Amino acid sequence: MSDVYEALQEIVGKDYVSNQIEECYFYGRDPGLMPPHEPDYVVMPKTTEEVQDIVKLANREKVPITPKGAGLALTGLVIPQRGGILLDMKRMDEILEVNEKARYVIVEGGTTHAALMSYLIKHYPHLRHSVPDSPPIATVVANAVIHGKGRLTQQRGFNSDLVSGLEVVLPTGEICRIGSCAVSQYWFSKGPPLPDLSGLFLGWFGTTGIITKLGMKLYPCKKIRDVMLFLTDKAELVPEVIRKLTHTEMFEDIVITASPIPLRFKGNFYILVFMTADSDEELEFKKKMAWDALWVYFESRDGGFVSITPDMKPPFLAMPSKDTTRFADVSKGGGFEYGGPVTPIDNFPILIKKLEEKAEAYKLFYASIARVIDGGHSMGFYFSYTFNRANPDEMKRAKKALHEAAEFALEEGGVIWKPNINEQQMIMERIDPNTLKLMTSIKQLLDPNGIMNPGNWEAK
Amino acid sequence: MQQKDYASQIHRCFRCGYCKFPTDYSSFNCPSYRRFRFDSYSTGGRLWLIYAWLKGEIEWSEHFAEILYACTTCKNCTEQCPMKFAPDIVDWIVGARNDMVEKGKIPARVARFFEAVYGYGNPFKQLRSDRAAWANGTKKYTAGDEYLLYVGCLGSYDENGQKIARCMVDILNASGLSFGILGEEEECCGNEIYMLGETGLFENLAEKNTLKFKELGVSKVITLCPHGYNAMKNTYPASDGKFEVYHYTQILNDLIKKNKIKPRQAEVRITYQDPCFLGRYNNIYDEPRQILQSIPGIELKEMERNRQDAFCCGGGSGNFVNDLLAGSVDSPARIRAREAYETGAAILAVACPSCLTMLTDAVKAEDLDDRLAVKDISQILQEFLPVK
Repeated sequence: MSDVYEALQEIVGKDYVSNQIEECYFYGRDPGLMPPHEPDYVVMPKTTEEVQDIVKLANREKVPITPKGAGLALTGLVIPQRGGILLDMKRMDEILEVNEKARYVIVEGGTTHAALMSYLIKHYPHLRHSVPDSPPIATVVANAVIHGKGRLTQQRGFNSDLVSGLEVVLPTGEICRIGSCAVSQYWFSKGPPLPDLSGLFLGWFGTTGIITKLGMKLYPCKKIRDVMLFLTDKAELVPEVIRKLTHTEMFEDIVITASPIPLRFKGNFYILVFMTADSDEELEFKKKMAWDALWVYFESRDGGFVSITPDMKPPFLAMPSKDTTRFADVSKGGGFEYGGPVTPIDNFPILIKKLEEKAEAYKLFYASIARVIDGGHSMGFYFSYTFNRANPDEMKRAKKALHEAAEFALEEGGVIWKPNINEQQMIMERIDPNTLKLMTSIKQLLDPNGIMNPGNWEAK
Repeated sequence: MQQKDYASQIHRCFRCGYCKFPTDYSSFNCPSYRRFRFDSYSTGGRLWLIYAWLKGEIEWSEHFAEILYACTTCKNCTEQCPMKFAPDIVDWIVGARNDMVEKGKIPARVARFFEAVYGYGNPFKQLRSDRAAWANGTKKYTAGDEYLLYVGCLGSYDENGQKIARCMVDILNASGLSFGILGEEEECCGNEIYMLGETGLFENLAEKNTLKFKELGVSKVITLCPHGYNAMKNTYPASDGKFEVYHYTQILNDLIKKNKIKPRQAEVRITYQDPCFLGRYNNIYDEPRQILQSIPGIELKEMERNRQDAFCCGGGSGNFVNDLLAGSVDSPARIRAREAYETGAAILAVACPSCLTMLTDAVKAEDLDDRLAVKDISQILQEFLPVK
């Protein structure tokens, strides 16, 4: 193994490899609830060629590789289940190109969402990308690989839908381009009009290759952003509220939140309706459309818009959302994990009931966020429970609650988002056998030595 | 002081990584993370490792200690962390260092720093009798002087720091201010000792200084160094410090406003480095800038990261001596030197002898010394005072 260490030093330089206990400890866990497992080496490549050399070395030595962004999925997806090389991609952080008119950006595999956002604000203020609510260190690639969501998900779909091209180091070490960039200098499409091969890498959690460059679609950045807040205490009304709002095709983002704390929030559902505009007139028109769409609930006294004072707005409008992260300290214990299904919006009432039920049964704080996806074709519903990392019993309870909630969501027709390895097994037990066979064949074909993030999407 | 509570609180860090950034997320603003790039060197990494050490999941090691001491206590993490415990983060780190010191488990370089201060009263192992060698007959403080000019270890022994001390003496003399120095009787301020976790030695130094000030009837102290300013302003009161403390930029700015100093015309573009212990620790952002802007013809061009987002020079927590972040093009001071150069400024102004030393060396390492001069604000001001 010391040969591997020396070979890694040779590839990336001695400053960027560690086999020390401290790095292995830190990179062997994430802030969620999955058990740790430590890598043997932590490596930080700077170039695609270095990644390529590392992959070739790993194949030669049959050492597992786990590529990692910031590890903020919280479901242990980059915990190296069988040790080996942990590839911290964050040194590959260049923003390589912005095509202003075709509206896409090409970034390296470890570029953070925050760096991209900051770069666009500074250099291309009329363009934006879909910023997730995760902390700023979340990387563009990792977020796409887990089918992450962002501020434009309601309008444009998953962040993986917005990918416009990939450069991938295959598990056997070849560099492969996916999408229009495979035949052209332009990165405008991840598939069409070619066969869409991006599906071989997005959603696979690094088990089929390492994305070293990614094209991401950009969208117009309007001059004004604003938010309205609709409140109802009737969960059963939420799907219809969402249907009415999405029917207008007016809004940037629609998010439903529920939390028992502070106490005044308990039993209420807050629907945040985000909108953008280039003029006050446009903004007022969009607000009027929201009012008109939901006026019926005001009349029936089932709900209504809550006034948000200007000083209350910045936290709602912040990108990324610091409030999302603050949830981790509700139990003053540094932990929360959120999981849950992508599911039809009609399932909102039963899911929220289950969330509350499990919170009560296991004596946990909860919060729920549901984000509308792609004009209402589905939503991401998150079961979120906090826990105190200094309280093993509470951690156990949170884990059970999440597991049972995930089982329920699957039974009700949802598909678990960023599933941990146990939830992946739950999915694979239910999945169409031929689909599973296809997935297994694809993995074997691409990764004959089984070195890529082993333990994930691995049929038993 | 949250130091003692750190063990019961430190698990609250979620390692979300906000601590790595400045406000606009344009780059990485944690000096040790930017230098080493392993997450273990970020604040989140450090806090998780300390917690692991407390739980017995990892053993103490030289590497662990270096990770802990590579933190310059610049307070960027405190500025950026979204959690309610943000103000306590540096205290937690200092608390863990304090535990390490008590167990005798610290990096060799840090141990040498303590030994030097303990044995010689300064981290450079210079003779106490040489403490005023820079002073060239500067008047010692006597009862009735309005201010004590406290020059600190860098001002006393470091070549760059001595230049600042001499400039300050000249400017204050020219302004007619009544002041004196302590000379050989001056003790180390203890700020770095405190940050490095040697609480006992810090208390001893604080007590000695406080007693000396009391004995001489000192009621107003001017410090050259933001580190000393911070210790006396924020930490000494626990040691019963009863005197007013000013950083020299506050005094000079006041003298300029009162027309007691009138700089002459200059034509130069200057950029300014906010010292962490002046800015993030004590919210002094305007006075240094006002001094520079009082010099007619000076164009102050900010670096992209400034004020509460300023990037630390890497010298805090004794690293101007221990230099745990050195040896790379990614060393914070070298990054900062490049940023300063990108502004097109001819002078990188500082208001801290530690920044002056760190950035002077960095500018040389970057081979920029013929295009970018690093000068303390006192030096710049003295340069543009009317010729007598």
